[in-house]
Amino acid sequence: MQRRACALAIVATGFMSGPASAYMAYVSNEKDNTMTVVDTATMQVVKTVNVGQRPRGITISHDGKHIYLCASDDDSIEVIDTASLEIVDTLPSGPDPELFVLSPDGKTLYVANEDDNLVTVIDIEGKKVLAEIPVGVEPEGMGVSPDGKTMVNTSETTNMAHFIDTSTHEITDNVLVDARPRFVEFTPDGKQAWVSAEIGGTVSVIDNQTREVVQKITFEVAGLRPESIQPVGVRITADGKKAYVALGPANRVAVVNTQTYEVEKYVLVGQRVWQLAFTPDQKTIISTNGVSNDITFIDVATDEPVQSVTVGALPWGVVVSPK
Amino acid sequence: MRKRTLLGPNTEIRSVAVRASRHGTKADVRGPLSGFDKICGSAKLITGTLTSRRSDNNRTLAQERVILSMTSAVPGTLAAFLCFFFLTVNVAGALAQEATGKQPTATAKPEKKLTEIKIGYLRAYAPQLALSVLDVPPRDEGVAGGNVAIADNNTTGSFLGQKFSLDVTEVKPDADVVPAFQEMIAKGNRYVVADLSARQLLSIADLARDNGVLIFNAGATDDSLREEECRASIFHTIPTRSMLADGLAQYLIWKQWRRWVLIYGSHERDQLFAEALRRAATRFGGEIVGEKLFEDTGTARRTDSGVVQIQRQMPVFTQDLPEHDVLLVADESEVFGTYVPFRTWIPRPVAGTAGLTPLAWHPASEQWGGTQIQNRFAKANGRRMVSKDMAAWTAVRILGEAATRTQGADPRKMADFIRSDDFSIAAFKGQKLTFRKWNQQLRQPIFLGDTRSVVSTSPQEGFLHQLSELDTLGVDEPETKCVLK
Repeated sequence: MQRRACALAIVATGFMSGPASAYMAYVSNEKDNTMTVVDTATMQVVKTVNVGQRPRGITISHDGKHIYLCASDDDSIEVIDTASLEIVDTLPSGPDPELFVLSPDGKTLYVANEDDNLVTVIDIEGKKVLAEIPVGVEPEGMGVSPDGKTMVNTSETTNMAHFIDTSTHEITDNVLVDARPRFVEFTPDGKQAWVSAEIGGTVSVIDNQTREVVQKITFEVAGLRPESIQPVGVRITADGKKAYVALGPANRVAVVNTQTYEVEKYVLVGQRVWQLAFTPDQKTIISTNGVSNDITFIDVATDEPVQSVTVGALPWGVVVSPK
Repeated sequence: MRKRTLLGPNTEIRSVAVRASRHGTKADVRGPLSGFDKICGSAKLITGTLTSRRSDNNRTLAQERVILSMTSAVPGTLAAFLCFFFLTVNVAGALAQEATGKQPTATAKPEKKLTEIKIGYLRAYAPQLALSVLDVPPRDEGVAGGNVAIADNNTTGSFLGQKFSLDVTEVKPDADVVPAFQEMIAKGNRYVVADLSARQLLSIADLARDNGVLIFNAGATDDSLREEECRASIFHTIPTRSMLADGLAQYLIWKQWRRWVLIYGSHERDQLFAEALRRAATRFGGEIVGEKLFEDTGTARRTDSGVVQIQRQMPVFTQDLPEHDVLLVADESEVFGTYVPFRTWIPRPVAGTAGLTPLAWHPASEQWGGTQIQNRFAKANGRRMVSKDMAAWTAVRILGEAATRTQGADPRKMADFIRSDDFSIAAFKGQKLTFRKWNQQLRQPIFLGDTRSVVSTSPQEGFLHQLSELDTLGVDEPETKCVLK
């Protein structure tokens, strides 16, 4: 017992140079096949881990013990132990997994397989494929409703959000959105799904009851040509009041009021900003800036950028540990 | 806005069915299911669907398609036998499924009538030689891209009850295309992708207008077709020579390589590209300090000891050119261009139709989601995607997009949509592409690449425009001579 406590203490000092309440941010670096671990309190890189080829989508188990990482060019999902930071397992993913979402109960992964026009449903514990759902051309964005009953996939060339019943694995509705839909985020109350369209330059807000677009959010930054505004990652605060939208080569994150759908601020971060993640305390949101090889910490209270931290080459996705 | 799937609710079996129908006869579909499972899954479905045939004579085209592709998905008798064996083993399960009656009937209830959208593809073709065997155009150049877009459109169409088809007709280069075009119209094609010469295109433009047919030029780069000879019935997805030349020129200026010499061929198209390069020089501040014509004297393109002679001839040919930064080549006719790089009198980079080449698409482009279309294309065609394939893909995708957005196949509505401000298309070039309203040319970035990789894409940073930076490439609205009719 005593020995065990001792070992834990060593692990703790090894990993957490900052305060004990620190979270870890895990960033997938698409170009150099690594994952960077960043302490969110000190905003320092703790470790760089070698992973499979072309790591993109990244998420974490609800207990914080495992990271799931899409190694797109290896056609697999890697399971990384957050304590040892070693790859401990792989899951069958279907070809070219890019992005996925974890079910609210933490048991199922829904994976977009870009090359095969499929969404693959994976049982994490049994490590098996439960279903393959044919969707539109180039599936990408994946979202799941807070109650776990509805999963949404976007297809980038078909330009649709496919609403899928998670009990039957059947598509129930196909909602047309603008060109190259990249990401889906449900509001915390589950009433709306927000879908970004990279080439269309918009975010469509879809009512989860009627499955109709109720609002289309557009963006405008003085001095920037409209084509450079390419919305990708979307995150909504737990209180449902603010949405953050990463605007790609516009190098900014838009802050949207979810009541008025007005853009209240554009936060300048790094180059080609793609994905976003909150810290669990919701005080900070982190953006991945692919071309400038860094991530930016944004203060959620003030919506001011706090600091940028250099990570690996072409950072793609980010997830923060739950504790 | 509310759309449902074409095929009704069902379980796992349906997934297999739709998937197999998309992949056609391909047995190499990757995935966690083994090939064996896949084949037998298909076979099971055939029996299921056949059972349902008796009770339902009103099968739709969609089902017909599924059944047909199911049949072709079984590669041979051995597979059929294995599947039969597999079926017998699983007989209990199969019987249970039939007993519930769920599986076959569920697939037999489409909720939407299938709308057919027929696209014609008219092509002037004759085998062509090239200086390098690597540059011989693929037999299905362009058509292959059109077919990939048809498959893409049909995936989307499966959610909307739309089915696209491509009807390809080939004529000889410079043949009279009017009869072939008339036949296409008679067959009900309201959209025609054309890979024809400028003269051939003009010969059918009025016929198209009078019959409400839209032509998508995916082959001719002639500026005249967008300028003095522009026509309201023709949209252009392939860039013009001036767009290509401007894309190249911007990069050379960005590199501060401003002094150019130009060697051009003696055929009409070589001279047209040379003219586009001269225009680009004036436009972006390059200087053509010397020019030379390379006369085509009818030499055979491939001779056994040709290399020895070329190694001696090309330095001499380029010896008297004035001092320069870059040597530009305009040889669309494949007479000498490939022989210029590395053989010049002084060591200088080569650009134009040889060396660094401006292109509508590069076979190695993986940026902006390009990996996905490249993989899809290579898987379907067993070769890499080239410019004309992309122009044809884009044309067919534009029609798919128009059918999706207008929720139907009404040619007038689709044409109105394509001409409207709402229209844009994504084509793996990093930004949305739109048509120039004044001459119906698709705005697009230009790839600059050598034989191996993409070097850059234009417009280059710093070339500004009040409306769209893409309009720094080619003839802009204030200069256009086009009056659409």
